Amino acid sequence: MSEKKKIKRLVIKDIEKCVGCGMCMYACSRRKGEAGIDSSGILAVSLSGFERGATVIFCRACTEPPCAQVCPTGAMRAKEGGGVLYHETDCIGCGNCIEACTIGAIFRRRNGKPAVCVHCGYCADYCPHGVLAYEEVEPEAFSRVIV
Amino acid sequence: MLTKVLYIDLSRYRYRIEDRKDLFEEWLGGTGVAVQLLKENMDPKVDAFDEESAIVFAVGPLNAAYPLASKTVAMFKSPLTGNLGESHAGGRTATSIANAGYGAIVITGKSRKPVYIVVDNDRVYFRDARVIWGIEDSLIVARIIAENEKGRGTRSVMRIGGAGEKLVRYACVTTETYRHFGRLGLGAVFGSKNVKALVVNGRSSRKIEDRKAYREVYDEIFKLATESDAMKKYHLLGTAVNVRPLNEKRGLPVMNLKTTSFEYAEELSGESLAEIIGRRIACSHCPVACIHIAALRLPYENEPYFYKTLMLSYDYELIYALGTMLGMRSKEDFLKVLYRVEAYALDAMTTGVCLAWATEALEKGIISEKETIVKLEFGNSDAYAKAVEYITHQPNEFYRILAQGVEKASEVYGGKEFALAFGGNEMPGYHTGYAAHIGYSIGLRHSHLDNAGYSVDQKIDSYPEPEDLVRKLMKEEQWRQILSSLVVCFFARGIYKPDIVCRALKPVGVEIEENELKELGERIYFEKLRLKKAMGFDAKKLRLPERIFETETPHGKLNREYIERALNYFARVVEEC
Repeated sequence: MSEKKKIKRLVIKDIEKCVGCGMCMYACSRRKGEAGIDSSGILAVSLSGFERGATVIFCRACTEPPCAQVCPTGAMRAKEGGGVLYHETDCIGCGNCIEACTIGAIFRRRNGKPAVCVHCGYCADYCPHGVLAYEEVEPEAFSRVIV
Repeated sequence: MLTKVLYIDLSRYRYRIEDRKDLFEEWLGGTGVAVQLLKENMDPKVDAFDEESAIVFAVGPLNAAYPLASKTVAMFKSPLTGNLGESHAGGRTATSIANAGYGAIVITGKSRKPVYIVVDNDRVYFRDARVIWGIEDSLIVARIIAENEKGRGTRSVMRIGGAGEKLVRYACVTTETYRHFGRLGLGAVFGSKNVKALVVNGRSSRKIEDRKAYREVYDEIFKLATESDAMKKYHLLGTAVNVRPLNEKRGLPVMNLKTTSFEYAEELSGESLAEIIGRRIACSHCPVACIHIAALRLPYENEPYFYKTLMLSYDYELIYALGTMLGMRSKEDFLKVLYRVEAYALDAMTTGVCLAWATEALEKGIISEKETIVKLEFGNSDAYAKAVEYITHQPNEFYRILAQGVEKASEVYGGKEFALAFGGNEMPGYHTGYAAHIGYSIGLRHSHLDNAGYSVDQKIDSYPEPEDLVRKLMKEEQWRQILSSLVVCFFARGIYKPDIVCRALKPVGVEIEENELKELGERIYFEKLRLKKAMGFDAKKLRLPERIFETETPHGKLNREYIERALNYFARVVEEC
């Protein structure tokens, strides 16, 4: 077990600190050369209104990702160690992956195709309040509820 | 560039989208474009509540592209002043409109029955709001709409509470619980059009050609926002930090500006409120998170061990208007009144000033408890909470008039000398000297944020000739037309200086030099002033309440002649433009 390769992941350090600013969302699309949020694989939301606080939603990098299982074209593929790889040129935009994600962490872009976090960690540098970090984790540890 | 304009016609339940590249290329966005769109879409002479009156929401080239560009400009005819209405709000308004692909939204006409409007990217839906009309708490309204509509995280829910429905002329439009198109009565204009809410959901991006340049200038702004001192004030105690120094310098309006120092200022200070901060929240795409939310834990009246916790956002202006102006002796008392104001969705500043005037009028015997129903007295939060309800429901003639603002109330009942309004808009929280009061008077929105006279007062020792002071304030206001055309938060004015603005504009497709930018600010200013004139603004009629000359400022008592000379000079500028 101890020989298993460690993987770098986008992780939540303290979700209660989230102020809902969405800096992470804008970072994600900016990395792809966009001003906006169309391609963002992370979403900042309020919890039934901001008086109850805020949170971010993004891919947990499941080891058995349902989104990949329901993809009819193989555009969304399970990645070794958890999470998915997404090949846009194979994607027909059916939206099955969006429906299949239990936590709603896959988002529909304007062209109908999905946006999903690939755990590159770019957004973590723009999180101003210590909610997100990009760190090496044990794959099993990452699958637990609390990281 | 965001150049599309969405036109929504409530009388015919129709909409259309037009590319208005012409307007955005000439006027940038925000205020610059809103002035033109309001001119195009309404007769300046029509009443604010007329079916023909229009509402414009506008964003600019920096929204959804850079941090701290988080504001939307709303422009309309103000039912409070009968003149130009303009207010700015943050929350998610600006990013939702920009991400839906619009530079502006124009709403005209009047719905026959209550509706709420849903803009979902390129589609518009008119939703039946008959069932939610009459729900007076704006928070409940938003919760219901949020459950009905999609777009969690990407939408903005701009709604009115009971005050907007009842056409209180200083009702606000609240968005994302804690931000407001606060001043000048946009909420009442919504109400007059039978619009309970405007929901905008947007998810898109603009492609950036020069990614490298974009990321470089983005990172520069981000670093300034998070690592330099530029946003420190807002990041730490927030605007509430002003209470202590203003009280010490005697610039804090207390109990209808009868005095400027307050025994309980410390209790209402930013430092004191910080003890009960329950949460911090940010506008969309802003790392500062300046929204300070107090957790007010209150027991149930008749049941032990039962509590409710109200989460209320506060800022300096609210502490002034509903705290010191009303003589509140504890932060809990202040928050209890604020809670009512938020629920009904009233402009806090105008409400506070109206209640302060009514309290003094009652003290002086100009009005009696027959009018006020409750005994208003400085420091009595229960009475004020009740009075906020009466302003909304208007159970008698007095409250019907008070719901029209302090200018109107003092015309009817007297007490003009202590009715604190400038250009028909109730006074902001600074009795700091000449520049503050001249600033309120000549500011095109009659807001302290037009030209920041209060800041000038706090920085200078001796005043220049009044004409020079007016020119200085106008110059500041002209630059701020650029900030509100981009549209960036005024709190970020220390970051968005001309040089960085020009560099930030380039990757989003706007090539402009610093001097051209400044000239544009001046042009927008005069366009706005001309629109204001067309709506009937007469600078010669600006009224100065006697009270501001009676109460000492940090610069001593103010001299009427100095301010009159300033206003005469400004009147000439208005005449010539």
